[in-house]
Parts: sequence; structure tokens; C-alpha cells
Amino acid sequence: MATEESFGDLVAADDVLLFVNAAITATGQREFRSEAGEQRLSLDFLHSYILGNYRELYAAVLALDVNDHNAALIVQGLLATAGEATAAQRRTEGRLIARRLALLPPQRVYRLIRELRRAKVNNRRTRAILRDWLAARPDPALDAVKYRAGLKLALRHTHLAPPGAELGDFLFRPARRSAFATPLLDSWRRAHYQQSALYELPYSVAEGFAAKHGITRGTFLEKIAPRMTRQEQLRLQESGRRHGAEAVRADLARMPLTRLAGYVLGLPTDDRVRRRAELTEALRAAARRAAGPHRGSWGRVAAVLDDSFSATGSGQKRRRPLTAALACHFLLEALAAEYTPLWTSGRTDALLVHPLGPTPLGLRIVDALDTAPERLLIVSDGWDNAPPGLAAEVLRVWRTRLDPDGRTSIVHLNPVYDAEDFDVRRLAPTVPTAGLRDAEDLPTLVGLARFAEGRTGLPELTAYLDERTRAFLDPPAPATTPVPEPLPEDAR
Amino acid sequence: MTPRTTGTLDLTGLRTGPAQLWGAVRLVPLLREEPVAGLRLHRRALGEEHGVVQVDRRTTYHSYLPHAFVADRTGDGTPVATYGTHLTDDAAAGPPPAGMPLRLHHRLAKREGRGRLRFLPQHLALEGYLSLHFGGPSVVWEEWSQRAVRQGLSPRAEEAWTGAQVRGLADALRLFEIHPGQCGLLLYLGDTLAAAFAVPHPEDYRALHPTLVQDLYGEQVHHYATLMPPLPDFRARIAGPGIRSVAGLRAAARRQEEEWAAFHDSTMAAGLLGPAYAFRTVRRLGPFTLSRFLPGFRRREENHIGEIITDEAGRTAYLKTFRLSEKQVRRGHLLDQLAAHDWHLARTAAALGTGEAQLGLRLESAGFGALLRQDVLDHYRRQARGPGAR
Repeated sequence: MATEESFGDLVAADDVLLFVNAAITATGQREFRSEAGEQRLSLDFLHSYILGNYRELYAAVLALDVNDHNAALIVQGLLATAGEATAAQRRTEGRLIARRLALLPPQRVYRLIRELRRAKVNNRRTRAILRDWLAARPDPALDAVKYRAGLKLALRHTHLAPPGAELGDFLFRPARRSAFATPLLDSWRRAHYQQSALYELPYSVAEGFAAKHGITRGTFLEKIAPRMTRQEQLRLQESGRRHGAEAVRADLARMPLTRLAGYVLGLPTDDRVRRRAELTEALRAAARRAAGPHRGSWGRVAAVLDDSFSATGSGQKRRRPLTAALACHFLLEALAAEYTPLWTSGRTDALLVHPLGPTPLGLRIVDALDTAPERLLIVSDGWDNAPPGLAAEVLRVWRTRLDPDGRTSIVHLNPVYDAEDFDVRRLAPTVPTAGLRDAEDLPTLVGLARFAEGRTGLPELTAYLDERTRAFLDPPAPATTPVPEPLPEDAR
Repeated sequence: MTPRTTGTLDLTGLRTGPAQLWGAVRLVPLLREEPVAGLRLHRRALGEEHGVVQVDRRTTYHSYLPHAFVADRTGDGTPVATYGTHLTDDAAAGPPPAGMPLRLHHRLAKREGRGRLRFLPQHLALEGYLSLHFGGPSVVWEEWSQRAVRQGLSPRAEEAWTGAQVRGLADALRLFEIHPGQCGLLLYLGDTLAAAFAVPHPEDYRALHPTLVQDLYGEQVHHYATLMPPLPDFRARIAGPGIRSVAGLRAAARRQEEEWAAFHDSTMAAGLLGPAYAFRTVRRLGPFTLSRFLPGFRRREENHIGEIITDEAGRTAYLKTFRLSEKQVRRGHLLDQLAAHDWHLARTAAALGTGEAQLGLRLESAGFGALLRQDVLDHYRRQARGPGAR
């Protein structure tokens, strides 16, 4: 009886870890080796499976660094099946959902509301949670302008009164008023006929008005630059430069590490060479910020980083695996006292990496082990093909013959969800594999990876999730937590 | 007649790399340490319209023609001139594909200015096969029909599939991670060799890799791709005992690569590299020779036809093969035997160890019935039915 139970526990722990890996990496978008449809199907199955079997653990995953897509899916799943939960479960779930919604970018939440409406989920709990979320929005006028359709739909769905009569008119009867007292709302009204007014609006709203007024792209970008969010600036800096709008300037020093790595990889090689000092400094600064108190505390670290052709990602997730690897490279540089990076292509200049060639992971791992590291990190999609399976053999022999005491801690981080296996692809059974989304989460992922060795039971995992849940619901003083990624998106 | 020689394929200078697997498609890269100097290939996009190649005034040759290649031989052979960038893209200079639905190629291969040779790769090979006995019977024995004597083996249609129709091939080629220095590819479907492809320079290979999916593949390739389940990988294995250091581990890992290459060359590619081929020279250009080759038409074995450019030492600079289906092999075998005996039915039948009537019926079932005179064929049929049946 006892053995049966513990076997069941092992399966449960396995299932949940698999789901965590999926929830960190999968976005339902096309990957290098699978189509968007396969990814979505696989992910949807995983969600309903975990929700049906391990409801509490499913909710607790919201406390981990899962990506926004999966956070929204989990919230939707929990709200849609509210009737199946006990009163205690509902209380915990409610707090987890509220906290997660507060961290999600608003457009994600509005999209979630649309999905809830489509799925005809409108129970009392859903309405209460959305009411609290809407009430906590810092600037209803901005939401009304920037997410007009979303906010309208949210109000309709939850049967809530709009915050203020003016806002209600703005959303549902804009023609009724000849002027709005709130400046932003009035700018929106005037932007329909007055070109100068559109530069008072958020960028994404102004873009439509600019097209309506036939304003050239260069002029528009130049003038709207102060109204852009941080990420819009980063995204539009290069295209702005092409259109002669020099005012679009992203402050690279303030960007989060993974975004910055993505930006660098989007630049042509010539630009990267020309701006080498600036880019390297920005990446190092971001890495130092992400490393925080752990800086320099990891001892001697070696990393095998995958820049093979498959790191191209797909049209939807362009260069995503390579971005993750590059960000990890700079973060590990900050974390380690002594650091050896080994790219699979054999290149040594990290700033100029380019996805090309096969994946000779096995031989690169041997190179890395040759430096006698305390920690070895492998960032790869796990398709070891030159020759196939060598990495697994090298890691096995290393563990069984050369390092049976486990002096070197080896962790494999995989940024790609494998739709067929419902998990990230593993290199070897002896080496823990964890999903990777943003390099900033790397320290916590390495902590999580120890569960993935397959020997840890459910009690430890539950204890870990409980601890993470507590920390998530009652965040300690902001000085000790790394600043969460999101996002002063609504600051403008 | 063009000179004919027999010999085997010589892949000296091409090293076998680790295979990559996708479903039932196994792709084995061929790597060069040094590119072949003095020869570069260019792709000439012809667009998707129907290409027509005129072999002589009487016959036109219809087929799908996605690509035509231009073999470029740099005059002085110095390395700078050879992989200089001025040769990279010739296709852009050509006329854009016009709205004209048909395009006439004067010959399948012809000289185009000095130092350049244009040729249509798969067509050369297919034509080589089809026109093996294109002229029909060389001695007009009385059994052959007037049509056979006058028109040869027309219509000369053979079945082939473009790569896009082969299931999983497009994905496998798209996902393949090209090695540095890679100059060729062996394509296996269901672990039988479907096609071999080699070029002189890695950059040529990089340019041509996406075009492989538009090439022609034999009937067997299509069947294997459709019917075979996903294959297992040949995964590396390192024996643990005896490894005491990282250096030992590295040596064992290196050995894995060599063992795979040896296994592949001796076992998997044996059907291509082992047997002798009959080479027919098409064109000589400086140190390079363009020839087509035909297999021995051994039944129930791999038979590849193809075209090859060799340098003066006989090493392969360019190679492209097409695997024949079993049916095509049987037909080739019959024609080969007939030609070897001057198209004399009785002598051929004796050599094959059967009766004349059986041979006649075999010719008919192979699709060559129209070559025999109708009354002769009827006579054979009566004979086959037995002496009592009148």
C-alpha cells in the first residue's frame, strides 16, 4: 500500500515538473521543429490533464515564473471550473489569480477576459476577481483609450458600471459629448480631426490616427517618441532610424537582459561590430542587475551554449533560443567568479553569434568538463546531432566513471517546448533539465532543476511550491526581490 | 559515338559527417577539407514554367524543369579567383522568367561562351537512361516492328516525383543543420539510399541545399517515404570501463565519429560506391570532365544513374544521382541484354536462359510490346499458351 502511494507520488511529481517546464517555455507559437497547431494542441492537453488531476498544484504553478501565455491559460482554466473546487482551494486560488493578474501586462488580461467571454465563463467569482483587477488599474482613462475594445468588453461581461459617467459616455456613447474634461479622453476626440492632438495619445493608438491623417512614418515616429513605452522604443529604434526619426532612442541601460539580448541579435553584424562597446556595456549592466545579490557567488562556471542552426527559432519566435543563450551567457558571466563560455559552433565572440551549423554538444561538453568547473550549464534545445546521442553518453560516463560523487553540478536548460513529448527535450536521464524563458529566472530555475532528477518525491515538491506560493502572495520588501519584469507599460 | 568507360565512383576528398534524422529521412552530410579549385556552380532559375529540351529535330523532351545549373570554371584556377565573390550569383544577370509558357533549350548541355558550361542536371541523367537505346534496334531483324525501327523507344516517359511530393522530405531538408565545409549530401529514405549530391564548394552547397526539395526522385523514394515509420537514430555509445580521465572520454567521443563514418561508407553507401558503372563522357572543359553514368542493371539491388564532374585525377567535383525503381531496373536490364546481342531475339533469349517466346512476352510486359511486329507477338503468345492450344 505504502509503495503504491509513493509510486503515485513520484508520477505526480513528474507530471507537475513536466507541466512547469511546459508552462515556462511553451507559447503555442511555431517552433523550429513543430507547427503552432501542434504546440497548441499539446499544451491544451497538458493543461486539462494537470487541472483535472492535480488542481492545487496546477494553481500553485501561478507562483512560479511561468510565461504570460500559460499564466492566462491557467487562470482561465481555474475560473472555468470553479464549481469543482472546495472552499479552501477557492480562497488560495483567488489570491493567486489576483496576484498573477496584477503582474500580467494589461493587454494579456483584456485578452483573457475576451477568452472568458467566448467560453461563456461568467460566474460570481470571475466577476469579483475582474472587478478587483479593474478597480486596481492606475489610470482608467488610459485604459479606456489604449484598450478601448478590451475595457468595453470587460464592462459588458462583468455587468460593472464604468468608473465615472464621463468614461461611460466615452466608451459607449462618444458622440454624446462635445468635449471631455479628462485631457486624454479629449485628445482622443480631437485626434479624429486635429493632427497635433494625436501626439498626446499613447503610441499604439496614435499609430492608427497617423495612418488616417496620412502622416509620413518618419515624421510620426519623430514626434510620438516621447509617448512610447520602454519596449516600444526598443522595438522601433532601428526602424525609426531608417525613417530618419532620430528621436526614437531606447535607453539600453534600463532594458531587461533578455529583451536586450534579443535586440542585439536583431542587429546586423556590422552594427554590432561598430557599437560593440555600447552593446557589451549595456548587456553587462543588465546582467549585473539581474544577478543582484548572487553576483560572483557561483564559483567556477562553464557553459555550453547552443548557437546551431536550430537556434533560429521560427518566424513567430525569431532567434528565441539563441536570445536565451546569449542572455544566459552574460548573466553567468556576472554570476560566476571564473567563467568559460563554449558555443557549439566554436566561436568565441559572444556579441557576434549567429545561428549556424550542427549541434556537436557531446564534444563541447567534454571541452567544458576539461576546465574542471564547479557548475556546468548547458543551454540548448536538446537536439544533439553531431553525432546524435553523444552528449548523453558523455554525461553518463562522466557521472558514473569520472565524477560519481557529483562534485560538478550539471544542469541543462532548454528554451524550446517539444510538443510531441509534452516536455522540454532532455539530454540524459542523469542530468536535470529545466525549461527556460527569460535568462533572469536562471538562478531559480537551477534551484527548481534539482527536482527534475526524478528522485524527489511529491512532499518535497509540494513544500517547495508552498514556499514559493507564500513568497509570491506576500512579497517581502522590494529591496531583496529582483524587480519583476513587468513593466511600466502603463506609465505613459 | 562518345567514348565509354567503366569504373566506380571515387569520393576521395569527401568525408562522411554525422547523420541527421527526421522521420524516415536520414541525411548524411559529405564534408570537404578543401573546396575543389577552379570549378563553381551557379543556379539559373528558369521559373516554374514548362521547360522543353530539344534533343533532335524529331523528338522533344517534356519534363518538369525547376533548375538549370551553370558550371563555372574560373580561368586561372588561383584560389582568389575561385572563391571570389564576383562569381556568387549569376542567376540575377539572366533574363527574368517571362510569361512565355515554353522555353526551348537547344541541347541538354551546350557551350555558353568560353569557360562556362550550362547543363540541366537531372535531365542529363534521365536522358542518359532513356536514350540508352534511344535509337532502337541497330540491326533490323525481321521481328521488330516498323515503328520501332523508325522511331526508337518513343514515347520515353518515366515516372519521377519532385521532392516536394515526398512526404517528410521538405521538413527534413528545412530542419537540416548544414555543417561548416559541407559539400554534399546522401539522402536515405527508410535507410535505403535515394540520392547522392555533391558540389565542389561549401557555398555552392549552401545555395543549392534548398533546391534539393525541387529535384526529381525515383518511384521507390516516394514509396519508402510514404510507407516507412520513423526510424531510430544510430546513437553514439561509449563503453564506460577503461575511461579514467577527460582525455580518455574525449578520445572515446572522437572514435564514435570515425566509427560512424566507417560504418556508413562500408555498409549504408555500399550500394552506391561498390558496383561498377558505365561512364559516358559528355563534355570536357579544361581539367574537368562531365559524364553520365549507368549502373549494371542488376535486379533486386540498388541501381543509381547520374551525372558527375571529375577532375583530371578522377576525383568527384560534382555528383548527382537518381535511384531507379525495380521496374525501371528490369526494363534497363532487358534493353541492356538486347543491345549486347545486337537486338537478336533468339540469341538474347539464349543468353538469358529462356525461350524466344518468353523473351517476347517479357518485352511486352515490360511495356515494349509495340516494338515487336504484331504477328510475331501473336505467334509468341500462341507458343506460350502451349502446343495443344490452337
